Amino acid sequence: MRYIIKKFFMTIITLVVVSFCVFLAFSVIPGDPALKKLGMEASPELVAQVREEMGLNDPLVVRYYRWISAFVKGDFGTSYSYNKPVMWLIAGKIPNTIILGIMAFLITVVVSIPLGIFTAKHENGVIDRVISVTNQIIMAIPPFFSGILISMIFAGVIRLFAPKGYVSYKDNVPGFLWYLLFPAVALALPKIAMTVKMLRGSVLDEAGKDYTRTAYSRGNRTNEVLYRHVLKNAMIPVITFLGMVLADMVAGSIVVEKVFDVPGVSTVLINSISNRDYPVVQTIIMGIATIVIVINLLVDIVYCVIDPRIRIDE
Amino acid sequence: MKNNNWKKILKDPYLVAGGIITGLILLMIIVGFFWMPYEPTKMNAAEKLQGASLRHLMGTDNMGRDIFSRVMYGSRVTLMIAIGTIIIGAGVGTIIGAITGYYGGMLDEITMRVIDALFAFPSILLALVIVSVYGIGWVQLLVSLGIAFVPSFARIVRGEVLRCKNMDYVENARLQGVSDIRMIFVHILPNIKGVMASSILIGFNNAVLAEAGLSYLGVGSQPPYASLGRMLSDSQQYMTKSPSYVLGPGIIIVLMVLGFAFLGEGIRRWK
Repeated sequence: MRYIIKKFFMTIITLVVVSFCVFLAFSVIPGDPALKKLGMEASPELVAQVREEMGLNDPLVVRYYRWISAFVKGDFGTSYSYNKPVMWLIAGKIPNTIILGIMAFLITVVVSIPLGIFTAKHENGVIDRVISVTNQIIMAIPPFFSGILISMIFAGVIRLFAPKGYVSYKDNVPGFLWYLLFPAVALALPKIAMTVKMLRGSVLDEAGKDYTRTAYSRGNRTNEVLYRHVLKNAMIPVITFLGMVLADMVAGSIVVEKVFDVPGVSTVLINSISNRDYPVVQTIIMGIATIVIVINLLVDIVYCVIDPRIRIDE
Repeated sequence: MKNNNWKKILKDPYLVAGGIITGLILLMIIVGFFWMPYEPTKMNAAEKLQGASLRHLMGTDNMGRDIFSRVMYGSRVTLMIAIGTIIIGAGVGTIIGAITGYYGGMLDEITMRVIDALFAFPSILLALVIVSVYGIGWVQLLVSLGIAFVPSFARIVRGEVLRCKNMDYVENARLQGVSDIRMIFVHILPNIKGVMASSILIGFNNAVLAEAGLSYLGVGSQPPYASLGRMLSDSQQYMTKSPSYVLGPGIIIVLMVLGFAFLGEGIRRWK
């Protein structure tokens, strides 16, 4: 319990540091937001007045506090280019990004764990070797290239889905999930390769330890030793890794959404960067960073629940 | 002895494959400095979207530019940015990691919190923040990727320095009155070069992928200059008409990463 509380406080500190860095980065931007709001011809008196109203003359820390307390309450500010609340801009896009990330994560888990166990069990067999080399190759393919290849093959040649034919979840849920499946596979592929490699290594590490030999000498069969003893220990580093994978997928979806033209948060992010719409960029970046940091905390908690040793060590 | 080593290297399929692939890519980039089949930015309206042929090894793009020449130029840019990223990331990261690990205490606590926070921040986001604040350009790209790679090197070096700090040889040197700076850079760091080598190879691959990803998003090198990621994003709308436009730059990115990955895997198995 003490461990979890300590991790919780460290997460809060990390969040404060990250949010301050994000705030600082966007407050040193050349150009005056008040001038931007009023247009270039505004009189200096008016600009000064608006600056005062917008609170731009307050010290940095005060402005940071105002921004972060509004952010926590869900008030993300107003978009420069649309003059609408940021929330209004991104609300409809959030489900796409989150569902894409979750699908890719589920695919990774479902495919890589059996495959990892299989390759470890048949170490140095033909299939293991083929999978090892394939893994190396897949890890070298960036998701946007595999995404293009997937749409070339499955949309261009086999016609399993229409290229750039995104279906909204509001109209047709199965169609929406079917379309998202392909970007999710593109996002998952390199992660599957990494997880398989890691799980294989981890199982083989544990299989070389004394307790495994003891379990064998007590007359257990291979499968019993593997599933009852080895796997329990071998999964611990893999779970940490999968947590990182989940966090990575949130960020990785930025590129894959563009390949498949999924109207997700990243489309808004990229457009806002080119339009210099800073409140939107700031909100999305801070949002993604928060999700990533919270996932890291959850991984630490899970880690502590499944591995009692960690509670004593710390 | 030397002869034996070469025989051992040639027997390892990973080292051989990695060496050949990396060698070919480097050869292509080096030749590109002196000679390219066509000017990479020269358009030719008469030869748009051609398939692969002897005249154009990877065909031509939608403006009639020779894709192979553009790939030669683009992989040079990618390689340079990856090398720059690693120099910044590994350089700054090593110094931070070595100093915090060696001295410990309050400085270490604070620095590691900041490093953890940076580490939690996906590198692509960091790059996007810097690009959106300071504008798009290769300097911004280099700096942002460099900063993004600092935490991983700082963590690795810090861990290794902590491990070595209390070893006998360090104690021995300390008794002889070696200064702290000399201790870190002359005694400890050379002993962790093995770990550094493999993390530099991994880091290099991540840098290539990050650069390609960012230029795919359109925040890397700007047109008309070729970059591998940008070519992929431009080629996407012609993927059914002209597959060689997509495959050319894509396969080069994959080979670049694969070559170093194979070398890394071979070095890891070597030990």
